[in-house]
Amino acid sequence: MGKRHHVVTTINGEATEFLCEPRQSLLEVLRDVLFFTGSKEGCNDGNCGACSVLVDGVLIDSCCMLGVEAEGSEIETIEGMANNGELHPLQQAFLEETGMQCGICTPGFLMSAKALLKQNPQPDEGEIRHWLAGNLCRCTGYDKIVRAVQKAASNMGGGA
Amino acid sequence: MHDFDYCAPVSLQEAIGLMATHKGSANLLAGGTDLLIFMRARRKRPELVIDAKLIPELSEVKIDESGLTIGASVSCRAIYENAEIADLYPALIDSTTLIGGIQVQGRASLGGNLCNAAPSADTIPTLIAHGAVANVVSDKGERHIPVEEFCIAPGKTVLEANEILVNIFLPRPAENSAACFLRFIPRNEMDIAVANVAAFVELDSAGENFISARIAIGSVAPTPLFVAEAGDTLSGKPIDEESIMAAACIARDAASPIDDMRGTAEHRTQLVEVLTGRTIRTAVSRARGEA
Repeated sequence: MGKRHHVVTTINGEATEFLCEPRQSLLEVLRDVLFFTGSKEGCNDGNCGACSVLVDGVLIDSCCMLGVEAEGSEIETIEGMANNGELHPLQQAFLEETGMQCGICTPGFLMSAKALLKQNPQPDEGEIRHWLAGNLCRCTGYDKIVRAVQKAASNMGGGA
Repeated sequence: MHDFDYCAPVSLQEAIGLMATHKGSANLLAGGTDLLIFMRARRKRPELVIDAKLIPELSEVKIDESGLTIGASVSCRAIYENAEIADLYPALIDSTTLIGGIQVQGRASLGGNLCNAAPSADTIPTLIAHGAVANVVSDKGERHIPVEEFCIAPGKTVLEANEILVNIFLPRPAENSAACFLRFIPRNEMDIAVANVAAFVELDSAGENFISARIAIGSVAPTPLFVAEAGDTLSGKPIDEESIMAAACIARDAASPIDDMRGTAEHRTQLVEVLTGRTIRTAVSRARGEA
């Protein structure tokens, strides 16, 4: 077995250390070692975005990164999105607009949309669709997701 | 994934030593958007994965009078968010903004795209059009390889097992010059090129005649292809449809595509002609400062 590595990170604002084998992806570490099971495994090859997280502010697919690479980084996952039980405006808008059906893709869409609104607080429909192209949803047909993001952007008043 | 060891050297010397010791059984890891997928599919089984992102020479972007040096592990996102690069090398922005989705762009590197040597690689035609050079190092010394000579077959490059791609150098474009890259896919994003083309043009100061041009085509041959004759035919010619279409036809005739699930050879051949014309026209507009 490859030597296990001790990795020090910050996850959703909390100092978090873990042990992992080099062959474990960040997604596997999040789900199987740390039990942050919000991030989902869809395709496991960087197409579907269900495992989207932010690493040092950059949106990535956690299936395409090794857990050991996370040393020293700040990670944001879906578990850090709601604030003390209060839904993030994006989560609220996804509920109100039915931006999900089966729900597997939803954590990834929410992380991706959060990253979008941080960079571009008032995106138009085209910008939303382009940004979310790395997230696949096989249920909704995307329209409801796009409307939810638009509504959240409007509710947030342009401030992410 | 199979079992392997991981290390993250913080100096180029250390990485050179590791590559020399583990000759053939080590892989460098930048963004992982190709390597990790191949490892999962058992197409690659390195005993040691060497993280390239903490090596200063592989992580830096440098712009000076001579040109642009991009470390091999620099991500697409870091490239297209760099305003200076966008100003001088817009074709590189064309390329890096349409590789994968936002998530992939946050990790995928220019060096990785080159070393992966896909016939459809979206940055390689742009690098070739710019006359870019791949700077390589090993325990045996340095090599400076023109990008058009770097890929030799699908997934194969001239790199030896002990060699490291350190960075890619793009000469500073002359006055009145610019490049453009275009890709054809049947959707708007997240797809692999059916065909792609990059064109670099240098115009006279009046913006009326071509001084020189470099054209490269992709996804229509076993490797991205430099079509020197297509650019050469533009030298000294007036900027008009006759000149542009002559170059486009030469590029088209250089293509030797296959039929596959993404398109037919016939379609791809025609796409090369159309895309070559369009990239030249846009490059001309950019060189004139119109776009």
